[in-house]
Amino acid sequence: MRATSLAASLLMMAPAAAGTLRVCSDPNNLPFSNRAGQGFENKIADLVARDLHDNVAYTYALQNGKFIQHTLKAHKCDVVMGISAGADDLDTTRPYYASTYVFVSRKQDALALNSLTDPRLRKLRIGVHLIGDDATPPTMALGQEGIVDNVRGYMIQSDFDRPNPPARLIEAVEKKDVDVAAVWGPLGGYFAKGAPVPLAVTPMTGTERFAPLRFQFAIAMGVRKGDGKLRAQLDAVIAREAPAIRNILAAYGVPLVDLKGGTDDG
Amino acid sequence: MNDRRPLIAPWAVVAAVFVALWVAKAVAQDASSLMNDDKQWVMPAKNYANTRFSGLKQITSANAGQLHVAWTFSVGSNHGQEAAPIVVGDTMYVVGAYPNELFALDATTGDLKWKYSPRVDPASQGEACCDVVNRGEVYDNGKIFFNTLDDHTVALDAKTGKEVWAVKLGEITKGMTLTMAPIAVKGKILVGNSGGEMGIRGWVTALDENSGKIVWRAYSVGPDKDVLIGPRFHPFYPDAKGKDLGVKTWPPGRWEVGGGPVWGWLSYDPATNLIFYGTGNPGPWNSNQREGDNLWTTTIFARDADTGEAVWADVLNPHDLYDYDEINENLLLDLPIAGKPTHVLVHPGRDGFMFVIDRQTGQIYSADKYDTQTSMSAFDLKTGRPVMNPALKPLLGKNISGICPASPGAKDWQPTAYSPMTHLLYIPHQHLCMDYKTGEVGYIAGTPYVGATVDMYAGPGHYRGEFAAWDLTKRKKVWAIHEKFPVWSGTLVTAGNIAVYGTMDRWFKVVDASDGKLLYQFHSPSGYIGQPVTYQGKDGNQYIAMLSGVGGWAGAIANAELDPRVRTGALGYTGAVGDLPAFTSGGSTLMVFSLGGGHAGH
Repeated sequence: MRATSLAASLLMMAPAAAGTLRVCSDPNNLPFSNRAGQGFENKIADLVARDLHDNVAYTYALQNGKFIQHTLKAHKCDVVMGISAGADDLDTTRPYYASTYVFVSRKQDALALNSLTDPRLRKLRIGVHLIGDDATPPTMALGQEGIVDNVRGYMIQSDFDRPNPPARLIEAVEKKDVDVAAVWGPLGGYFAKGAPVPLAVTPMTGTERFAPLRFQFAIAMGVRKGDGKLRAQLDAVIAREAPAIRNILAAYGVPLVDLKGGTDDG
Repeated sequence: MNDRRPLIAPWAVVAAVFVALWVAKAVAQDASSLMNDDKQWVMPAKNYANTRFSGLKQITSANAGQLHVAWTFSVGSNHGQEAAPIVVGDTMYVVGAYPNELFALDATTGDLKWKYSPRVDPASQGEACCDVVNRGEVYDNGKIFFNTLDDHTVALDAKTGKEVWAVKLGEITKGMTLTMAPIAVKGKILVGNSGGEMGIRGWVTALDENSGKIVWRAYSVGPDKDVLIGPRFHPFYPDAKGKDLGVKTWPPGRWEVGGGPVWGWLSYDPATNLIFYGTGNPGPWNSNQREGDNLWTTTIFARDADTGEAVWADVLNPHDLYDYDEINENLLLDLPIAGKPTHVLVHPGRDGFMFVIDRQTGQIYSADKYDTQTSMSAFDLKTGRPVMNPALKPLLGKNISGICPASPGAKDWQPTAYSPMTHLLYIPHQHLCMDYKTGEVGYIAGTPYVGATVDMYAGPGHYRGEFAAWDLTKRKKVWAIHEKFPVWSGTLVTAGNIAVYGTMDRWFKVVDASDGKLLYQFHSPSGYIGQPVTYQGKDGNQYIAMLSGVGGWAGAIANAELDPRVRTGALGYTGAVGDLPAFTSGGSTLMVFSLGGGHAGH
């Protein structure tokens, strides 16, 4: 509530609000963000604000398909910290990291699984995230291969009363409900790091045959369309603070990949 | 009724009058009797047969040109207003979109009697797929019943507005919402859920109208015992015959989140004690991960009203690929089939077929295309299955154009009306096709993916909506009025030979029920996606009422500040109605018209 009313009062003060970085964030979605400011997007927002000598003010909203519409476009904030580079309903900064879909399995099983074409995937119990009308790339690829019966779905946004809904998929690996999770890297890397059961995180390879599905994505910050001034400021900060950003991501176990040039080919 | 006897003594006269009054009152409380009184309109569909026909004939095709606004009222929430007001005695009841405030008004003057403001969980707004609409309330035995977006069914004292009970039927955190208008049948309130894309399991639930207690619940997916399929179940077509098909027609476990929500209309046939309704699309897995027919999604069910037991089921779009929910209304009519009067159910399908189905057996007598249809070449009456067009199967990696109808179907939830005088069915509907495009990057909960996006646009002829009259006997369109935007409002038809609808570009329209000639139009505060009703006020005047306030899936662009430059916003609908903000903004005004009444001119 505090953040909302703060944002509202700042809106009235605009444009004298220079000095405040207004960020829209999910209140319950580690490792990205939460209301307590414990996510890497929170830390990076702090870093950006420090660099610009600003304060950070948050507006929290569920990061579903209407997130951009209800936050950035509704002028409740000026920046969202994470969005696919090149997303077309807002303007994106230069990417500040790129990651990959990964396999997460129990270390004790020593699966050493890394390829989406590994024949063992026909037998292993595989957990994937379900999004709704859309599907994550591994879900689509497995379906294309006819790998269906041994695939279990976990709604990426459900049971908001519990912390970090997407984490249910990693917990399913810990509890042996599934043998392997095919999951977006930052989620896999972070939750594997803190897991009570030792988990192995391996970047997904063997994905070429599934084009146009992609398994690696560059992530940028997003601003409202036409907000070139803020975008230029953020671009400059991302360049200046690249080493510090990298340190934060490493601390959260985010698997990083190098996407040369191909950052906004969405 | 047996109490009315020949009278012999003064005291008996008095007693009999009391008894008669008591009986009259008891009868008059019951929606199943009130729905036959054309002065009132006690449920959104007007009657159990869902005809939305009124015998009132003060307003006629001859004098409709003299209509004017009698009074107006704001329900105070600028989201899509899909609700039908209802009229019981002298009182009108109307519920707004989220936050679902319900108002009681003097139906003649528009004076506010009371309002009820539920405390709806604001988080529910984030869950509803397609704007935060509510499709209306229903009256029975002294109470008003309606649903709130955050999964409550509420019963109010119709006189005072006091809450009698409120029960929570689901969890918004699991993607479930309630948007449909309940129906009252024999002391039970029937409610269905929404959220097919969110990993819910669709159901219809019957609540005891006095206590709110669950009497039965019939799921749309899962084992027979959950779907209430038992010894009475005798489907007509082979693909519905077998044990536990709600499990077996899915890959293991997929049914648990399989969708099949029930967010549309229910009909009731007192003669057979059967209810009829359609289920929504399968979800939330992409189609290549849910091989099989995915029963009982996109299915019409006939069930026993007392127990919920299934009697038959027609699976209209097995393994749905296009989001063709089949939640549309089912009109219970008697039509000549092969020369014989037959009890049928008419289902104007979302998939673009006009289904005429035997109410007793589920046999499909005919399925004619009533709008441009390319995704299915025909509907096979022998197998009860559509004949798919393989060239238009959506596949990731392929851009596919020219899929008609688009995902909202040839017609969505917006209900039709049938006149026993003209024998025509009046169909408000859209005329949209779509392209599947691969390669858009989505981002939800921090997780990126490549999705197919849907781009919708006007179908052949460059119009996006139509108000059509369909001859059910000749099985063809008799006339049609093309509209700039999808016609997302409901309609009604009367003995005065008028039909009423509203357009998204703000026109309230009255047309001649025989030939579609425009008789009256009024440029209103906001676009229409509501349902018109008609009734007689205590001043003897006939009134027509409909909520204006554009929104819904189709109108989200006008009231939600979507960026019209992004053609694929609102699940693809933005492209189809990108110019809507040039015609209307959001709104919340109930419009009431008459020839002479109300406060006009005061």
